[in-house]
Amino acid sequence: MDALVAQHSRSQHAAEGYSEDEMQQQMSADLAQPLSLQFALPPTASPSQWLRAMTDDHSNPQCPIKIAHGTTTLAFRHKGGIVVATDSRATAGDWIASQTVKKVIEINSCLLGTMAGGAADCQYWLAYLGMQCRLHELRHKRRISVAAASKILANLVYSYKGMGLSMGTMCAGVTPSEGPALYYIDSDGTRLAGNLFCVGSGQTFAYGVLDAEYHYDMEDAEALELGKRSILAATHRDAFSGGYINLYHVKEDGWVKHGFMDTNPIFWETKLKKGEFSNVTSKMDE
Amino acid sequence: MAAMMQSAMPTSEPGYSFSQAPQSVAGGPRQHGFYPYTDNGGTTLGITGSDFAVLAGDTRSTSGYNINSRYAPKLFKIGGTGSANEGARIVLSVVGFAADGNALKERLDTVVKMYKFQHNKEMSVHACAQRLSHILYNKRFFPYYVHAILGGLDENGVGALYSYDPVGSYERETCRSAGAASSLITPFLDNQVNLKNQYDPTSGSGLEKVTKAPQPLSRQTVEELVTDSFTSAAERQIEVGDGLQMFIITKDGIEEKYMELKKD
Repeated sequence: MDALVAQHSRSQHAAEGYSEDEMQQQMSADLAQPLSLQFALPPTASPSQWLRAMTDDHSNPQCPIKIAHGTTTLAFRHKGGIVVATDSRATAGDWIASQTVKKVIEINSCLLGTMAGGAADCQYWLAYLGMQCRLHELRHKRRISVAAASKILANLVYSYKGMGLSMGTMCAGVTPSEGPALYYIDSDGTRLAGNLFCVGSGQTFAYGVLDAEYHYDMEDAEALELGKRSILAATHRDAFSGGYINLYHVKEDGWVKHGFMDTNPIFWETKLKKGEFSNVTSKMDE
Repeated sequence: MAAMMQSAMPTSEPGYSFSQAPQSVAGGPRQHGFYPYTDNGGTTLGITGSDFAVLAGDTRSTSGYNINSRYAPKLFKIGGTGSANEGARIVLSVVGFAADGNALKERLDTVVKMYKFQHNKEMSVHACAQRLSHILYNKRFFPYYVHAILGGLDENGVGALYSYDPVGSYERETCRSAGAASSLITPFLDNQVNLKNQYDPTSGSGLEKVTKAPQPLSRQTVEELVTDSFTSAAERQIEVGDGLQMFIITKDGIEEKYMELKKD
């Protein structure tokens, strides 16, 4: 009888957590992770060299496959949170492939990523990061820290180093443990924490404006205006940046979108009402 | 050496020119390479409306200066039943290397059909669009040489159009042209569909000027824009011509229209 009871009953918590089998499975899945994402490779001795010959329009302007490039993105910390701003232009060679790219990627309701470099690389791997963040949440019953999230991405791209990935991204988020946190990650494997980053072909122009006006104690409205103005400067001087200004603010209770604004009217308003951009001598109607 | 690499690779230029004729001495050292792509030319175009989506493509297939076929469709129905894809509600257009385009079509079609068998419901265009992105990215290191556009109706019955780069970055748009004549057609679309740089003539001047807001177009207007785009492109692009195939996706299904383009 006891044997029968023992066979058909178990302690209340026995079924909780992972079984031995599941754990083993998960371990091997985790270990094989870079391999389980099986990408097709060209049948050549040096796949990355071949890929560069076919897709790198810097070293070979005649390359057949032109991957969308060119960007200005920025993010900075201030006392009210983190401002994230980008342009929206994608170029393939000297052709403007799109003026409406969404370069701020919403990883989840509290985490933002930015897109610079290969558009597909950023879109795909930040979506993948979003999945990993959700899994972390389900496994540990609390939200992932920005430090951990950015490290998942950094380790991931590092494992593909030399294969030809091209991404310069910023992860911005606010968590109870860290407060507002900002990380820069690129496809070389660099991962940096900081207060202020600009990434992309227009980064120098954005830095010029941002460094001149930035201070940590800015109010929200002032900070958002500075983010917008820095991108505007970059779209004005960098031919590979332009289109619309995409503006986000990350706060304790998640991010808020502050618009996807056409640069042209903003430029003329900045020039005519504030007297800036005096290098442009033409009038609006001419 | 660099010149040899360039001569064998497909570019936006026609595939053969006298300046690119082989110049190495016969019997001398030769470099061999791996050039798995051919540009088969042609152009595709998609425009959406409030309750429909139109996808179109010319039917010429070229290789360099040679025209190899006057009817090689670039538009494919995705999902539905059987090899004719009856009852499909999603259309994929691919321009670039036709063999890669076909391989991509077969993969996506299989995925959408399997989805229906496994879940007993049709795949939404939104889901299909994301899946297509992943299929393209799976060949990130050996890309499909294609520019894909996917069209259908979203959950609210509104026309949906997604455009892709060769490695899978994608975006939902109201109109998009791809391929050999995209640089001719896109500016026309910017002007006629998105009303770029056009202002309300009754608004003031300077900062008071009000831009014209793009309105959803009627089906007839869209069809006229498409035919005008292609007849004009065929006038100025050697890789465009022969025939124009158009798929109009509405809640009642996919309607196909075909018209002749110039054959020269």
